[in-house]
Amino acid sequence: MAIGREAILGWLDALRQVYAANRERLTELDAAIGDADHGTNMDRGFTAVHAALAAQAPSDAGDILKSAAMVLIRTVGGAAGPLYGTFFLRAAAACAGKTELSPADVVALFQAGIEGVQQRGKAEPGDKTMIDALLPALAAMRAAAARGADIAGLMDDGVAAAEAGMLGTIPLQARKGRASYLGARSIGHQDPGATSAFLLVKAAAATWRA
Amino acid sequence: MKKLINDPANARREFLAGLALAHADLLAVIQDPVYVVRAGAPVQGKTGVISGGGSGHEPMHAGFVGRGMLDAACPGEVFTSPTPDQIEAATLAVDGGAGVLHIVKNYTGDIMNFEMAAELCQARGVEVRAVVINDDVAVEDSLYTAGRRGVGTTVLAEKICGAAAERGYGLARVAELGERVNRHGRSMGVALTSCTVPAAGRPNFVIGADEIEMGIGIHGEPGRERSALLPAAEVTARMAEAILADLPFTSGDRVIAIVNGMGGTPLMELYLVYAELERILRARGITVARRLVGNYITSLEMAGCSLTLLKADDEMLSMWDDPVVTAGLRWGA
Repeated sequence: MAIGREAILGWLDALRQVYAANRERLTELDAAIGDADHGTNMDRGFTAVHAALAAQAPSDAGDILKSAAMVLIRTVGGAAGPLYGTFFLRAAAACAGKTELSPADVVALFQAGIEGVQQRGKAEPGDKTMIDALLPALAAMRAAAARGADIAGLMDDGVAAAEAGMLGTIPLQARKGRASYLGARSIGHQDPGATSAFLLVKAAAATWRA
Repeated sequence: MKKLINDPANARREFLAGLALAHADLLAVIQDPVYVVRAGAPVQGKTGVISGGGSGHEPMHAGFVGRGMLDAACPGEVFTSPTPDQIEAATLAVDGGAGVLHIVKNYTGDIMNFEMAAELCQARGVEVRAVVINDDVAVEDSLYTAGRRGVGTTVLAEKICGAAAERGYGLARVAELGERVNRHGRSMGVALTSCTVPAAGRPNFVIGADEIEMGIGIHGEPGRERSALLPAAEVTARMAEAILADLPFTSGDRVIAIVNGMGGTPLMELYLVYAELERILRARGITVARRLVGNYITSLEMAGCSLTLLKADDEMLSMWDDPVVTAGLRWGA
């Protein structure tokens, strides 16, 4: 089973809806340990992505993801702008020229994107960042793909691992980003970046199951 | 939320429209992508100096655009760093062929957005150097944090680097001077109240009527220590001690001092704090060579203040005294 161009557009549209629906929640999490703008920024960015793709959507998966990346880089701001922008830019490169994505292509998409986030943000596992949701998700997807799972199966494993990673940020002390200024006071709060990263994976799973 | 705005989504655009109308002789505002540029830019052969950061800290940075200070500023959304396309456009607009200095405050988002922009500019053949300001002593300078935040020393670096560029210093020399300012500048802030980001609609953090937050940043992000409200003398002493011990500042030093309001504290209180600060410094044999008392790097409507001390050498003082013509600082012209 493979997914096509429509599935990529569907994922991006789902992200617009998911970040709009979780705007307050993400901003609340960010207010606790950051600067209270994460929900607003993600909502603004993916609303702009939707508008740009509605006006003119490219024909292959790589170009669609690249368009999304350029819009995110321009509209999100904060740390999330370059991080999510880099995710989609690298994911786009991994999907260049493809109109259909196999399970291996889906893993390659996430692998390239997540490695990009790591390079841009220089975060390590346990720093209480997006990486704490994304790296476990990637490991789970790769393991599932190696077992021969289809896209729905590997995404399900990715979502479960991302969710566990997201919840796992609660007891961590932040070592990157504004939350790190709080020192021990960042403990006990779920990381907003890990939360938006979990939503990124979850929206893909929900869209691509159909 | 009680604010004199129309729609939170338009607050940045509308405030910049007002800035452009009020200071048409000094600057112009470009809206897509958003940046504020000095009238007459680019100045051929001059090193460009730009900065940027979230809105909500006015007059920094847009209010420091003009002769003798910044060639351009890139205002992000409120408390949100500007995006690479803004920074790239501003850099290209002010490049007079001698390269452009980016003065960047040490926040994760600002660093990453300026880095992406610098890559884009260099790909287009414009030389870019960055000076990162990280002067906030409230943050432990440890491998286990994002490092110290950039606060009040940014204003000093922008003035001093702007003057040096105006005098004809090349990019490397302006950058070296900016790094020296950063190495010798230290700051700390205190909040008495929270502040509300327009798009969020609710206060950024909750603080009791009788509490203060020592070590607050400029985004309303919580500080490190909550304490009961104390007299100004005690609050000033605590912040000054932390700053003085950190560099350390010693007897015989000359400093440029800033007592900076966070936006919601009257000048009356800032001058009262200044008196406490100067008394503390005198007792240590430290001379205040120059000072600013007022709102320069604010945090929306937050009540509170920050102190900044720069151990100044002759070159810094000379640059400080050079003419400056901006909305937020103006002398000697």
